[in-house]
Amino acid sequence: MKAFLTRRKSLLAAASAAIALTLSACGGGGTGTGSNPTPVEKPSFAAGTTMEKLASAGKITIGTKFDQPLFGQKGLDGKPVGFDVEIGKLLAAKLGIPADKIEWVETVSANREQFIKQGKVDLIVATYTINDKRKTEVDFAGPYYEAGQALMVNKDNTSITKPEDVKGKNVCSVTGSTPASTIVEKYGAVLVPAATYSACLEPLRNKQVEAVTTDNVILAGFVNKEPDAFKLASDETFTKEPYGIGLKKGDTEFRNWINDQLEAFAKDGSYKKAWEDTAGAVIKTAPELPAIDRY
Amino acid sequence: MDVIIESLPQYWDGFLRTLFLAAVSGIIALVVGTLLAAARVSPVAALRGFSMAYVEVVRNTPLTIAFFFAAVVLPRLGVTFQQFEIAAIIALSAYTSAFIAEAVRSGVNSVPVGQAEAARSIGMQFGQVLSLIILPQALRTVIPPMINILIALVKNSSVAGAFYVLELFGYGKQLANDHGDAVMWVLVGVAFFYLLITVPLGYLAHQVERKVAIAR
Repeated sequence: MKAFLTRRKSLLAAASAAIALTLSACGGGGTGTGSNPTPVEKPSFAAGTTMEKLASAGKITIGTKFDQPLFGQKGLDGKPVGFDVEIGKLLAAKLGIPADKIEWVETVSANREQFIKQGKVDLIVATYTINDKRKTEVDFAGPYYEAGQALMVNKDNTSITKPEDVKGKNVCSVTGSTPASTIVEKYGAVLVPAATYSACLEPLRNKQVEAVTTDNVILAGFVNKEPDAFKLASDETFTKEPYGIGLKKGDTEFRNWINDQLEAFAKDGSYKKAWEDTAGAVIKTAPELPAIDRY
Repeated sequence: MDVIIESLPQYWDGFLRTLFLAAVSGIIALVVGTLLAAARVSPVAALRGFSMAYVEVVRNTPLTIAFFFAAVVLPRLGVTFQQFEIAAIIALSAYTSAFIAEAVRSGVNSVPVGQAEAARSIGMQFGQVLSLIILPQALRTVIPPMINILIALVKNSSVAGAFYVLELFGYGKQLANDHGDAVMWVLVGVAFFYLLITVPLGYLAHQVERKVAIAR
């Protein structure tokens, strides 16, 4: 019987699938066009350090998200924009690498450790929560921002205001991400796994899931794009998600250098500017750089 | 290696879901596919046309499109469900039934035309000819390709992992993310559980074939 459902619609299906694809694909660019921080002229680093290698190569590969508004989103022009991207550009500039010499690689939640270990990327700035388990695989500089987990629901939803409300209900999140395991293990939700957070929007729209959960800043980006469709269940977050910059395990010199740079960005105002140019458009409270974790 | 042992509960859960998806979709596809094949050889032109169109369209579209249609487009058209397994079953059975139909049709073509003529000459209706004479012989001939299709179905069910269903492949992704240091072993485990379904299926096919083969 089910096969018959699709019979007259086979052609229609192809057409509507194509339309839906384009609908979900062109969610508009991010906010702003991104900046071009001036690269440092011929920076000098101790021989043999990662900084020296990258500086002399004159190019760097940075992993980021391509589908997260405000932090890392690839627009139609093929250039990613967002707060993570700005942080990446600032770091590259300190290595004497101009923004157009950065190769951006998409790193989704599930492949970040692998990409670092395999050397596919030199750095990862991708809403990457620092946790102990991940610290056994990779090293983290930072945190450069602290987010927290929240819930996004349909605009007309009044039944979910706190995480305890999702017990036994369908909640969409990304396979293998921190928020996904938290919502299942701590709050007893039924996980509907998706490949990316943007893939969660469709089931939510169709009321097949009650909520989408991940870090508040990511959700804020979605709400910002479609304020008539979605809202945050509450402004309170129920976890702390410190975002760090992932790099190869054991490269302490590089990690310390990045930490120093982050502190310098906070001092000279470029951290604040990066925020205001991107996520600050939606999230009004400008963040302070969290205390750097120099473990 | 330890990762497989310590993740056995997840593997097992994924294994059961993959088995469930494949079994339900397989049964639906066998029934629908056989009906499609019957329509394809029926005397009614409209049925023949419909069956041909369906098989050609579905067989030549990627499975991912079928999944996208079932999981995303159908809900947009108002067919909503809370379990995404339903979308997976719709996609897998719609897709697989086209292949089953072709296999059955090739079996029908292998039955000598004299069989049908003889059946007609003793006064059987088309339905009787098909169900009593042609199909039983046809289905026997096509056990091997049919099992091939079912094995492909088991593996195709992994696409569900990308469409909101947590099955073997979905767990594989999750485990790979949790154990970044042992991704290879995670995948070995996933492969093992797929083989746990497909290898016995092949063996079963061999046995069934020996039992029902017709000497021609």
